[in-house]
Amino acid sequence: MKTESTLEKVFNAGHIAVTGECGPPRGALPDKVREKAELLRGYVDSVNITDNQTAMVRMSSFAASLILKQMDMQPVLQMVCRDRNRLGMQSEIIGAYSHGINTMLCLSGDHCKFGDHPMAKGVYDLDSVQLIQTVRKMRDEGKFQGGADILNAPKMFIGAAANPFADPFELRVARLAKKVRAGVDFIQTQCIFNIDKFETWMKGVRERGLDKEVYIMAGVTPIKSVGAARYMKNRVPGMDVPDHIVERMAKTPKDKQAQEGIDICVESIQRILSIEGVAGIHIMAIEWESAVPEIVKRSGLYPRPQV
Amino acid sequence: MQTFEPVIVAFCCHYCAYTAADMAGSMRLSYPANVKIVRVPCSGKVDTIHMMKALEKGADGVLVAGCLDGDCHFKNGNTKAVRRVALVQETLKELGIEPERLSMVTMSAGMGTRFAQIATDFTEEIRKLGPNPVCAGIEAKAAAGAVAKAN
Amino acid sequence: MITAERKPLAEIIDCIGENRRILLVGCNECVTVCAAGGRKEVATLASALQMNSMRHGKTLDIREMTLERQCDPEYVEQLAPFIDQADVIVSMACGCGVQEVVRRFRNKRIYPAVNTKFMGASEGPGVWAERCHGCGNCLLGLTGGICPIARCSKSLMNGPCGGSSKGKCEIGSDVDCVWQLIWDRLKELGIEDQYENVIMAKDWSTERGGGPRKIVREDLA
Repeated sequence: MKTESTLEKVFNAGHIAVTGECGPPRGALPDKVREKAELLRGYVDSVNITDNQTAMVRMSSFAASLILKQMDMQPVLQMVCRDRNRLGMQSEIIGAYSHGINTMLCLSGDHCKFGDHPMAKGVYDLDSVQLIQTVRKMRDEGKFQGGADILNAPKMFIGAAANPFADPFELRVARLAKKVRAGVDFIQTQCIFNIDKFETWMKGVRERGLDKEVYIMAGVTPIKSVGAARYMKNRVPGMDVPDHIVERMAKTPKDKQAQEGIDICVESIQRILSIEGVAGIHIMAIEWESAVPEIVKRSGLYPRPQV
Repeated sequence: MQTFEPVIVAFCCHYCAYTAADMAGSMRLSYPANVKIVRVPCSGKVDTIHMMKALEKGADGVLVAGCLDGDCHFKNGNTKAVRRVALVQETLKELGIEPERLSMVTMSAGMGTRFAQIATDFTEEIRKLGPNPVCAGIEAKAAAGAVAKAN
Repeated sequence: MITAERKPLAEIIDCIGENRRILLVGCNECVTVCAAGGRKEVATLASALQMNSMRHGKTLDIREMTLERQCDPEYVEQLAPFIDQADVIVSMACGCGVQEVVRRFRNKRIYPAVNTKFMGASEGPGVWAERCHGCGNCLLGLTGGICPIARCSKSLMNGPCGGSSKGKCEIGSDVDCVWQLIWDRLKELGIEDQYENVIMAKDWSTERGGGPRKIVREDLA
């Protein structure tokens, strides 16, 4: 065990790990964080706290993670390279760890252009791979990126994202290998709707033995409506929503679409869990946290192990 | 009050419009004497500065006349001219001057009638627009100055 | 080369204000090639400014000068005889040229007439695209000769991110994903295994991190 992370303990004990997601509010609304987190309590091992997701200003990931910690829940501190340089990121890692936050996810971050401050200057002092290296160096060597010693180094369980559906596809296993080489411990993938393509990617991952070096969590998202399906298909960069999913949602009467979305999600999880090398499920029920308990239960992932 | 006689400068390509103007003459077609022709080897030779200077120095309207699409003697001078005219029109808009004072037209060497028609129509259009506001500004100021002096 | 685009006329006119004697200075280098501030653009701007002024009943006294290089003191010196006859200087050179004129002629207001954009190359007639950020520590040798710092929207040194789609960047279908270009290039050269070498966190002190930069060559001083 490299860390005190609950997520690492779950993996280490050989369980299929389950994580959820909580997007902090666009305002000083701590109760909103508590409300969302409460819906997930007991159904996931850890909760990702997004970091200014889609480049919209929100309560900081660190602050919202702290709220979860105070609720005795386990946050995954997300950190994007867009908003801070290496000084800001390292100080935040130390700060978070000082409050018992021991699991994080290293991301590039959506481009500012997509958010509510398209006029902002993106930082990108480090990229996500270099951030992984930085956190790894802090933990394993007890040194800052710049080389100086850290007094009581933060022991973070280090996650990163992988998108098997972005182009060029042939590069996607190599990119995972690069993150593994940089020192990542676990991976959460982009939402999987095209399971065939995910299987192809996983085959490539297994051929390189990468599934033995890193815990791979498959990302899933329940779709609430046919409109949401179409939006994700057409508007979200790097998303692959096959036509049969959109058609299935479209065929469903409007008042039953949400239930259908949950059904699709559960079926997906069942199929994904049969793929060799998948170590966990990351459920991104965006603004629909109440769907998570049913999904976890029906997927046979409940109750969560006590570690 | 004097009647307004617009001054039109027409940059005419040697291979088409200039010959067409010539032909209009030999066909005894009348077109307004307002149109002053400047012969150029190709409409693509007409730079933005030529159009700008013509307007700055007092022309009320400027025509750039080149060959029909695909017929340029130098392959694509006329298509370049189209883009330059559009650029100068944008500049005129920025300055608050009617972009219609500048126009790109195309014809073949044999179209004497078309040349005469365009010359007539464009002159009328400019007559409706009135004098070039650039010179009008200066003249108004001079007139105001003269009145002030007289008083 | 350094690329630039002319500012909107209204902005230039506003800067000039009531000043009547204008020294309008172009540059014969980069801004000439990208048709933003060479001799022709100087003449066109002079004409536009004159027309605008005449519309309001005044004429300007504009002296047009296009220097060989506005970023070199030898050429900037050529303005010396005309400075006193100008109320204001308007420069159509890049920001380097503007500041070189300022360094030499300290008692005269100067306004830029162009927006300096980026270091780029001409991809075709009328098209210039960014190629280099001048980071001061070139890594083109690691990326197949294609720069991710200048050409990736996020300057990712270990891209592509998850937003690369059909060879295009997530920010717009008119922007190439540079990591797709790099990957294609590495494959063409048969060195795609190089891709998996992690490019380490960059030392930005050679870029703006180290403050304003300067090159001093003793042998040439």
